[in-house]
Amino acid sequence: MSDTAYSLDTRPEARGTAGSNGPSNNGCTDAPVLKERGQREVFCGLTGIVWMHRKIQDAFFLVVGSRTCAHLIQSAAGVMIFAEPRFGTAIIDERDLAGLADANEELDKCVERLLSRRPDIKMLFLVGSCPSEVIKLDLSRAAQRLSRRHMPDVRVLNYSGSGIETTFTQGEDACLASLVPEMPAEAANADQSLIVVGALADVVEDQFRRLFAMLGIGPVTFLPPRRAADLPAVGPNTRFLLAQPFLADTARSLEERGAKRLSAPFPLGEEGTTGWLEAAAQAWNIPAETFEAVTRPARERAKTAIAHYRDALQGKRLFFFPDSQLEPPIARFLARECGVDLVEVGTPFLHREHLSEELKMLPEGLRLSEGQDVDLQLDRCRADAPDLVVCGLGLANPLEAEGIATKWSIELVFTPIHGYEQAGDLAELFRRPLDRRGRLKV
Amino acid sequence: MQLTLWTYEGPPHVGAMRVATAMKGLHYVLHAPQGDTYADLLFTMIERRNHRPPVTYTTFQARDLGSDTAVIFKEAMLSAYERFKPQAMLVGSSCTAELIQDDPAGLAKALNLPIPVVPLELPSYQRKENWGASETFYHLTRTLCGPKALPPGAERPARADGAPVTCNLLGPTALGFRHRDDVTEITRILDAMDITVNVVAPLDATPMDVACLGEADFNIVMYPELGETTAKWLERAFRQPTVRTVPIGVGATKRFITEVAEIAGIDAQHMLDRELSRLPWYSRSIDSTYLTGKRVFIFGDATHAIAAAEVAADEFGFQVVGLGTYAREQARDVREAAKRYGLEALITDDYLEVEDQIAELHPELVLGTQMERHIAKRFGIPCAVISAPVHVHDYPARYSPQMGFEGANVIFDTWVHPLMMGLEEHLLGMFREDFEFNDQTPSHLGHKPENAAPVDRPTSTPALTQDLDVAVIQRPQADMQADMQADAQAEIKTDAGAPVWAAEAEKELKKIPFFVRGKARRNTEAFAATQGLTTITLDTLYDAKAHFAR
Repeated sequence: MSDTAYSLDTRPEARGTAGSNGPSNNGCTDAPVLKERGQREVFCGLTGIVWMHRKIQDAFFLVVGSRTCAHLIQSAAGVMIFAEPRFGTAIIDERDLAGLADANEELDKCVERLLSRRPDIKMLFLVGSCPSEVIKLDLSRAAQRLSRRHMPDVRVLNYSGSGIETTFTQGEDACLASLVPEMPAEAANADQSLIVVGALADVVEDQFRRLFAMLGIGPVTFLPPRRAADLPAVGPNTRFLLAQPFLADTARSLEERGAKRLSAPFPLGEEGTTGWLEAAAQAWNIPAETFEAVTRPARERAKTAIAHYRDALQGKRLFFFPDSQLEPPIARFLARECGVDLVEVGTPFLHREHLSEELKMLPEGLRLSEGQDVDLQLDRCRADAPDLVVCGLGLANPLEAEGIATKWSIELVFTPIHGYEQAGDLAELFRRPLDRRGRLKV
Repeated sequence: MQLTLWTYEGPPHVGAMRVATAMKGLHYVLHAPQGDTYADLLFTMIERRNHRPPVTYTTFQARDLGSDTAVIFKEAMLSAYERFKPQAMLVGSSCTAELIQDDPAGLAKALNLPIPVVPLELPSYQRKENWGASETFYHLTRTLCGPKALPPGAERPARADGAPVTCNLLGPTALGFRHRDDVTEITRILDAMDITVNVVAPLDATPMDVACLGEADFNIVMYPELGETTAKWLERAFRQPTVRTVPIGVGATKRFITEVAEIAGIDAQHMLDRELSRLPWYSRSIDSTYLTGKRVFIFGDATHAIAAAEVAADEFGFQVVGLGTYAREQARDVREAAKRYGLEALITDDYLEVEDQIAELHPELVLGTQMERHIAKRFGIPCAVISAPVHVHDYPARYSPQMGFEGANVIFDTWVHPLMMGLEEHLLGMFREDFEFNDQTPSHLGHKPENAAPVDRPTSTPALTQDLDVAVIQRPQADMQADMQADAQAEIKTDAGAPVWAAEAEKELKKIPFFVRGKARRNTEAFAATQGLTTITLDTLYDAKAHFAR
């Protein structure tokens, strides 16, 4: 069932210069990509709700879907949520399907019940699912209707997190893209401003805020905001930096409103974070000496922290199964800053434009794969016999039982890993399973 | 459309996965979009299984809809057959595939594979996980055993002289609550009765084993929600009698042994004469006196909830104040059982309703699922888990069955563990002003309730407003909050002409442990109302206490 083929992607890079990134080869820019299509062992976009509902503190995510959707989110969240969730599911039943009940009226009732229980909610996302897409339930109209009824108390938006359209982190992309039309327009004579796009841990956001302030870059805002009312303004004087590699639709929507993306590597590891900040520094014409002076202490700290783990990771052969689209930048960090030997870097979707800086830095000779046919990929993985496999929760224990060390990829999404101060933590995540194997005598 | 925050059961195809994953040599091809593979982690993470569930997901995408999803199904089916070489296959749809109506049954048939292929019709928008598991087991059994069924009217051939008595254990699956250990425990009991287990199914059985179910002398249904439908069919097809007593608790285990002995035509008195569980003595020992009349709320699947109620009442001396289930298919059995305790059963799969009832009843112990454990934790009520839905903690490394005599031992330990011992409770009651006694720690396990307020809250308070951040910030003020709520309540009552609390009585009320305080407050107010009192004094409080003394 897989139409596996090596297809050479030969699009020329937009920019010829490699910036500050060492030797001037093109890394994996022109590397062939193994494109696969078959069984995918990945979450659908609904899973993004698990972190998004904590990030935006006064938002609620209502999935319009089946019992499977409800079960999925609670199973994905089950081990992590200790507080009352700000998400729920309006479960479609046979009455809705048979036309015995008007699905829109039923949805309105669910929303009424929800909002009366949670008067603290200021923003409600109606989240489409596979079943709601297949029966063509128009959630954008429903959102407009409900918004009219509940504004100004509650703004109702919609996006799709369905598995037929979105893979795991693409749910966050769809959610953020739905926020873009709601962002106020910047004033006509507004100064140049910066938006950092992509959900980050609060502590990381605060670190970046401080760095930008010290560099003299600003005003800086973040998307998503912590509160629904704090959506940043956008317009032609807006520049934005992607903090996450999976935000294709959000970036496009921001560009449609005039904002310009600053091309940069992603802020993972010392090198990535520096390149990312540098892109903003250039747009703000910050002198090189200032940049150097401001970032030096944090860069040194990051290098010191990473050095603790480098010995354990040096020369280790690593295999990435596709999960979050974070794979290429994390692989770049592991290869260049930790000395890891990359065997295969799988990703659900390879966005060449957003990853252009990353691909340049990825060492030649590794296997890049996009999409998945899990049985074939497992065959390759066993044949490669890597020292560490990065994979999802469905594969980790079975591979461990076969004697292969694994790192759960979901932890890369639920742990603060961005920025200088977390660079060591990111390396440690990969050292830990190897360390553990070394300790256990059973 | 139903608003759901947490769900007790997954969709029916997850039930089918529980059967497929429990078995060996069986493969399930599930027509499903990307994302439905989440179900794999239920087995690999929660149950810590060391292999992937034997499930191939077709993983169709939006762009495939209307064009070649059927082709994708056929290719997935063929490649799974070639790769895994199963003895039999299951085919079916998840909720989304059900909507696109590709007919996996017809497609699978057209492939004409040289093994039995069992098509599953599991309506996702009507039914749920346990039903899906039960149906899957039933259709698999019918397909594999059907050809060997006795002809209509034929008698079951008598067992050969000297041949051992044999039986099947029906119902244990993957992701069940202690199924693995229950099978071991029941097998040990049967062993002691010289009865041989023919086949355990679905757990660890192959399709070839399932095909031999008809050879046993009788069947034991361990979990009715999973095995009863199959047992009924086997009764008809092979005239096999069925043992239906669920051996959870000492009493039920003894009834189970008696029933098995009768059906097998053997004498099992030696199993009943000796006391094979420690529970009866532990319960009678003087230390357990403090368990007397503890008010317990029970909720779970029907099998475990009904059994827990009996054990709680008859073997712990608890008072069952609430009994319910999320399993609508078995609602009738639970309603019957509830009558014994003078209760009306709570039949719901809405956990908010369960939460409301727990808040209202002020139980001293909750026996429930992982959902009730969350609710109890929020309310600061001790809790033990007795039923699925499960958490990784419900798969302990040690042997810990629920069934049989060892199961009764496990239950004794598990239920007593979250409670305070009698003397601890007395000390807390006597010296309430000791600053080192935490008013909100009814358990010696050291779990502080995040927010004790809901116990005292008026039922109209939104249950969902306690977010993590809020709970953490407000934790030290929780008691104050409870008091404020109580005051607000009292004020409302004043408006309605209800009795007012004198300051002294109000202060005394706070010396009552918080988990019974709400009840004391309501009882006292009700008492004052019947007496026509406008003010509740210290005397009123103690008069009411005497009035309601149990």
